[in-house]
Amino acid sequence: MPAEIEISCVINGELVKARVQPAERLVDLLRERLGLKGTKTGCEEGDCGACTVLVDGVAVNSCLFPAVEAAGRAVTTIEGLQGTNGELHPAVKAFVELGAVQCGFCTPGMILRAWAFVGENPNPTEDQIRRSVEGNICRCTGYVKIIDAVRRLVDEGVER
Amino acid sequence: MSKADDTAQKIPRDSLIGRRIPKLDGPERATGRTVYIHDLVRPRMLHGAICRTDRIHAKILSVNTARARSLPGVKTVITAADIENVPFGHGRDNYALKGDKVTCQRDEIAAVAAETEEIAREACRLIEVEYEDLPPVFDAHEALKPGAPVIHEKRGDNVPFRYDYAHGDVEAAEQESDVVLEDTFHLQFVTHCCMGSSGILAEFDARGNLTLWSLTQVPFLYQRDMSRIVGIPPEKIRVIQTTIGGGFGSKLDIYPFEPIAVHLARAAGRPVRLLFNRREEFIASPTRQPTEIKLRCGAKKDGTLTFRDAHLIHDNGGRTSWGATTPFVMMHCFSSLYRVPNVRFHTTVVNTNNPYSGSMRGYGNLQATFAVESQLDRLAEELGIEPLELRLKNSLEQGETTGQGMYLETCGQRECLETATSSAGWAEKHGRMLAPEPHLKRGIGLASMVHVGGGAKIYHSDGCGTILKADDYANFTLLTGSSEIGQGSETVLAMIVAEVLGVPLDRIKVINDDTAVTPWDVGVHASRTTFVAGNSAKGAAEKARAKLLSAAAELLDLPADQLDIRRGQVVRAEDGEVLIELGKVIRKLHFSKKFETVITEHYYEPSSKMQDREFKGNVSPTYAFGTHVVEVEVDTETGVVRPLKVTAAHDVGRVLNRLGIEGQVEGGVAMGLGYGLTEELQVHEGRVQNPDFRDYKLITAPEMPEVEMHFIETNAPEGPFGAKGVGEAPAICVAPALANAVYDATGIRLRRLPLNPERVLLSLRAGREVLPEEMP
Repeated sequence: MPAEIEISCVINGELVKARVQPAERLVDLLRERLGLKGTKTGCEEGDCGACTVLVDGVAVNSCLFPAVEAAGRAVTTIEGLQGTNGELHPAVKAFVELGAVQCGFCTPGMILRAWAFVGENPNPTEDQIRRSVEGNICRCTGYVKIIDAVRRLVDEGVER
Repeated sequence: MSKADDTAQKIPRDSLIGRRIPKLDGPERATGRTVYIHDLVRPRMLHGAICRTDRIHAKILSVNTARARSLPGVKTVITAADIENVPFGHGRDNYALKGDKVTCQRDEIAAVAAETEEIAREACRLIEVEYEDLPPVFDAHEALKPGAPVIHEKRGDNVPFRYDYAHGDVEAAEQESDVVLEDTFHLQFVTHCCMGSSGILAEFDARGNLTLWSLTQVPFLYQRDMSRIVGIPPEKIRVIQTTIGGGFGSKLDIYPFEPIAVHLARAAGRPVRLLFNRREEFIASPTRQPTEIKLRCGAKKDGTLTFRDAHLIHDNGGRTSWGATTPFVMMHCFSSLYRVPNVRFHTTVVNTNNPYSGSMRGYGNLQATFAVESQLDRLAEELGIEPLELRLKNSLEQGETTGQGMYLETCGQRECLETATSSAGWAEKHGRMLAPEPHLKRGIGLASMVHVGGGAKIYHSDGCGTILKADDYANFTLLTGSSEIGQGSETVLAMIVAEVLGVPLDRIKVINDDTAVTPWDVGVHASRTTFVAGNSAKGAAEKARAKLLSAAAELLDLPADQLDIRRGQVVRAEDGEVLIELGKVIRKLHFSKKFETVITEHYYEPSSKMQDREFKGNVSPTYAFGTHVVEVEVDTETGVVRPLKVTAAHDVGRVLNRLGIEGQVEGGVAMGLGYGLTEELQVHEGRVQNPDFRDYKLITAPEMPEVEMHFIETNAPEGPFGAKGVGEAPAICVAPALANAVYDATGIRLRRLPLNPERVLLSLRAGREVLPEEMP
């Protein structure tokens, strides 16, 4: 068995130290070892985006991202998108209120992809908005309401 | 508050019906709290995996599991020799583990339970199987020929089922027709692609009771059928539905992995969870059945349809699941999509060594409607009648009974046609669309559909039970037999109960996932849940309301018919003045000398009838209609067909949750566009060539066009608040509208799906449709 590597990273605002295998995927660290089951795996090949998390604010497929690469970085999963004053987080709220959730399996990854997009593109074009979640697959909604939610987040210009 | 007080609080009457209500389970799902089967862990749980065959058609000579058993971490290995193998499936030709022969790529040879999923999968790779290969057959026509390899020998041939239906006299009608057309259409393999892959967790308790955490869409039929397959009495089986990550019909049957998990848990004496990875999901979950449709039709010069004559060959694959029964729904389309006085329908269901099909949203109607609506456009051209006019001329009307015996108590077909086309600007656009560049061509097409709108009575009961329980604080728990598969049934049922009771929506909790708790329901299929479970919930709520109002009347010394309940308060109906809080009425009932609680139940059975031996009868209490108009742009340099806009009009009876119904239409349109443009499970010599999302192309966000929706409210008298079912309808008539639009743009008639760029481009160059077998 190859030697384990000790890493420390910040996950949802908390410092985490873990010993990881060189080939261990970030999604396994999150789901299996830290119990962060909100991150879903839909294909494990980087095709569907269900396992999307943020690493230093950038959306990545955690099924392809080595856990060891998280060392010294900040990881945000859906559990880390907390709202304030008992409210849902604005991105979660937009998805729920605008009907962008059906079976919900793709939703956490979709929300994180959308949240990263609005952070990186404060003034996106309509075409950019339509392409904002192109790496994430949803079989239920037809994407119309997902794009509505992205547009609301853009319009709200949420402070972070 | 005194009744005489001038400042008494008054509550106006309001209604939830037709409003935009976000899914009640949305926050749990969107925050990642919802537990799917992949997240569920039980104490001492083992992980299961399946060893599948690497052959397509072969006799199994021996299975050697010695190396697998000796792998550290392996707890149990089972083969067909270790279990009592009871045949199951609609053709009774499937087995949990195959002992004598394999007939298709997905076939299960052995299964392992181990401490981790990795060990279980590794052990599967160590299982050695000796085979004697048998000649395979991959083409349904070949499989019908004398001397073709017989896949299930007991049957004697490769035809497990034939379906024949007729009304009127097709031959006489053909003699009287001014125009007769014939076309052959080919519909491909596609699959559900649920984002949450298949899985199950099986656990026995100390007394031998079995609990299954399952993703089934039909929990009560599943309990009964599983009992027979695994040899455990049904009363000892409890089915708990873990949150379902997409259904679309894929979970309507029992598939081998499910009894396998039970056999593993029994053998290991520990709970076993078995999950599919994405590759398995592609090769070992059901498909929409590929079909060849030879369709003839005729008409009078004035456009009156005279007959339809459909001959279908249905590739049933290596075993039989519900896919074999989809002709039952296909014939609804051939018999009753528009008024056709003479219809003949024949389907031959043929076994091959290809993957086998199950049920998928629309249940055969997508294939049938593609053929009928594509051919109607041809007929319009042949007759020199405008395509919309041809359809309007033959539109069904309210009060009519179709040739198959479907009674249209309401019928929005004409209004759907008129609304969708006028909103889309059909008259100005058809045959006249201009593109911004010379290499682009634009076109517009339309298609309609008819589908059951309140279930289909294929079992002796198509009903659903509800129990409604109030607590002392006027919270209500709705126990329903119906299942939430993501479509929003939980929310719409809670809305119905809140509407009847006059309490806020957040006072309703829905329990819908446990056969030990909920009353019977036939399952999620046939667009029946809002209609059937909705009526059941409504009935239970009406009984509770009557009891509450009668108790309040006694307390207040007022006639019950002068009272109403609004926002959880009993009010005077006339002016909404608050008289007493509802919770107080319940507590008075409970703790006064009456000692009564408020628990009601209701079983609703739709008025539909099982069809007779000729497949005739009113199989659903209501029927849904819809029309889609699709505008496309065809790039003549690349062959890419880009949908620009979909205008949809649906007769939904009445809109209950506008947000939910829009989601059903948008999702259905996306699935229909995938069927029409991009999706195909490529099967070569029985093997799936593209078992991943890179090569199996789903529609993604940037490809999704604008969807304009119009809801035609015909108010179905038997529907809850007038509603009809809408779950399947929006997927059905997308592909024919697309093909008709491509014809309008290019003059090329494409009779085979999908309309992918490669084939469209070759067809444009050839000036006629180029079929896949002609391609380089």
